Amino acid sequence: MGHERRRQPLRRLPVSRKGEGVLEIYVLQLFNGISVGSILLLVALGLAFSFGLMGVINMAHGEFIMIGAYVPYVLQQAIGGGASDPFGLSFLLAIPLAFAATGVLGIVLERSLIRFLYGRPLDTLLATWGVALMLQQAARSIFGAPNVQVTSPGWLNGGLAVTAGLVLPYKRLFILVLMVACVAAIAVYLTQSSAGRRMRAVMQNRDIAACLGVATPTVDATTFGLGAGLAGVAGCAQALLGPIGPALGTYYIVDAFMVVVLGGVGQLAGTVAAAMIIGLVNTAFEFGSTATVGKAMVLVLVIFFLRWKPAGLVALRSR
Amino acid sequence: MVDRGSTLEGQRPLSRRRFLRSAIVLTGGAALLAACAPAAPAAKPTEKPATAPAAAATTAPKPAEKAAAPAAATSGDAIKVGVLHSLSGTMAISETSVRDATLLAIEEVNAAGGVMGKKLEPIVEDGASDWPTFAEKSKKLISSDKVAVVFGCWTSASRKAVLPVFEQLKGLLFYPVQYEGLEMSPNIFYTGATTNQQIVPAVDYLLQQNMKKMYLLGSDYVFPRTANDIIKAQLAAKSGNLAGEEYTPLGHTDYSTVIAKIKAADPQVVFNTLNGDSNVAFFKQLKDAGIGLDKMQTLSVSVAEEEVRGIGADNMLGHLTAWNYFQTTDTPANKKFVDAYRAKFGQNRVTDDPIEAGYFGVYLWSQAATKAGSVEVDKVREAAKNLEFSAPGGPVKVDETNQHVWKTVRIGKVRADGQFDEVWNSGGPVKPDPYLDGYDWAKDLKKGR
Repeated sequence: MGHERRRQPLRRLPVSRKGEGVLEIYVLQLFNGISVGSILLLVALGLAFSFGLMGVINMAHGEFIMIGAYVPYVLQQAIGGGASDPFGLSFLLAIPLAFAATGVLGIVLERSLIRFLYGRPLDTLLATWGVALMLQQAARSIFGAPNVQVTSPGWLNGGLAVTAGLVLPYKRLFILVLMVACVAAIAVYLTQSSAGRRMRAVMQNRDIAACLGVATPTVDATTFGLGAGLAGVAGCAQALLGPIGPALGTYYIVDAFMVVVLGGVGQLAGTVAAAMIIGLVNTAFEFGSTATVGKAMVLVLVIFFLRWKPAGLVALRSR
Repeated sequence: MVDRGSTLEGQRPLSRRRFLRSAIVLTGGAALLAACAPAAPAAKPTEKPATAPAAAATTAPKPAEKAAAPAAATSGDAIKVGVLHSLSGTMAISETSVRDATLLAIEEVNAAGGVMGKKLEPIVEDGASDWPTFAEKSKKLISSDKVAVVFGCWTSASRKAVLPVFEQLKGLLFYPVQYEGLEMSPNIFYTGATTNQQIVPAVDYLLQQNMKKMYLLGSDYVFPRTANDIIKAQLAAKSGNLAGEEYTPLGHTDYSTVIAKIKAADPQVVFNTLNGDSNVAFFKQLKDAGIGLDKMQTLSVSVAEEEVRGIGADNMLGHLTAWNYFQTTDTPANKKFVDAYRAKFGQNRVTDDPIEAGYFGVYLWSQAATKAGSVEVDKVREAAKNLEFSAPGGPVKVDETNQHVWKTVRIGKVRADGQFDEVWNSGGPVKPDPYLDGYDWAKDLKKGR
């Protein structure tokens, strides 16, 4: 190895030496910030429904992400991945499948447990935490405790080399696109479809909506299912970048709550803004200090911000 | 939290302000919990709230657990031995395999006639990734089950938690995982590597290969920080060059910024002491960032065969790791071990260093007990001195003073099937030196402690 190394002539990057190296780093960090923001947003979108709209403190949200991440694995075990699947069809197929699988699971959970706990956030916290532990142990029993591997599609390997020092990984670009698609789909669903309008009506004023003939239990189940389904999609995206194991959900649950609370509970636009801000601020702090300090600084800033604006970035004006 | 919560109950619609406030408090609480929840595989996490994993401690198999009658260890025709690993919770990912290997070794010892004509009877307990639970279970194993010896623990935190129990109740523990050194309990045998059998020779190897510009990347807790203190002293003494040092929280999953920093520092090699799931994220993202082996090498000390499977061999192809054993290590004992392990637990299973250390620990103890003609702790300890055994990873010998094990150091390169090709070994077993007394450059380190 040593001698191979000697041969390499690339000496582009010591920041101090060349101006272009510095610029590349800044552009790369900007991209990284947006990328972290997009991952946060994907993770938090589902929670914006179950927590933001319904007030359910869903501690099992991370486990829905975990289940979503296992879907491409199961699919690749079933129909074959890697060499036998050069176009990564199994992975593309896994995204809608993960949405469906976790969505159905979410509906089942809502019907069998959550619906008895509406208006009691602390009880939902405990109940869903219990569910989270059960789901984790179930994953451990079914798939085994060690992490599993998902072969990512060939066309997602590597990155887009803008300059030799500035490489934007295709996987992160893909997640960015996936995030935009999800947000657009949700926005259209909420504003253009009658089901989406019913959902907003129930979440804004349940009693009046019920009086006007909206079947609130159905809407509740759909909303929770949609939130869970989005977590499944986030899980698929995570499978590209991170570990796939039973404990996966625990790594994302806090960030997800942070995004939703900062964004303003119940506000999609706020969630989007919050995710991007946290992503950019986090990477900036992390670059200037360390990962631990960066994360702590973000938490401190969020606390100060909420002290100043308790309702979050975008507040719903209720009449 | 509870007070505030109780005011919430039954209020509907909720006051938005109150609801938000409690939501923030809860998020903060959740943040604390998750910040403490350690990551998985080779993790040696520091602390962990006592509540979470204990609740999950139910479904693991517990073979001979019912046999909890308070009889002496040697009563009847069986000798009770304890097996204490996390079979649930975050550490289950690593420890279940070691439990399997331990049970395999016990079965083999029994098939060969047992110890002093008596069969070993394993009593398996679940530490549940929770350090107080480890202490409690070891108390139970020693006091009420009266086991002759306990094979178990993985994280340094769990070992530190059970250490006072073993010392007070005069039990005996065989600990199978590489660790940060600086410990020597008369009631513990350390069958994993200490620092001079893994980290120190790995750094020497890199320096020999002319990879002098090193970047230290680790998880943020005691093991990586201790290891990196040692490495920094070693680099300073041997004209190495520290390109940077970075720690990420356990369970950290986004390495884009860290990778950008590494890129800017332009090291020849990253010495990786990341633990657990972070390794998966780091190697996946490193590959996509376009930093190939032509630009930078890595050497990991907490990534074994089991972890490579989760990372994906293609993401780690050609990268280095340092251990005392690889599944590919070519010894007759290893061939037999790997075949037996796979026959019993499945052809798709892999063996790795801690699994092997858990396995030969059982043999070391049974041979010491046979030699002593007794399972009493003091007699076994005495008999174990200088005891030699042909382990799968090569010959091992119990050190007569520090109860660590002489082991061969090996450096391997990940190949396409997720196994390792050995590129260097120490040529023979290395004397364990947990306090690095034999290294001049380590003198100041010890002063600091």
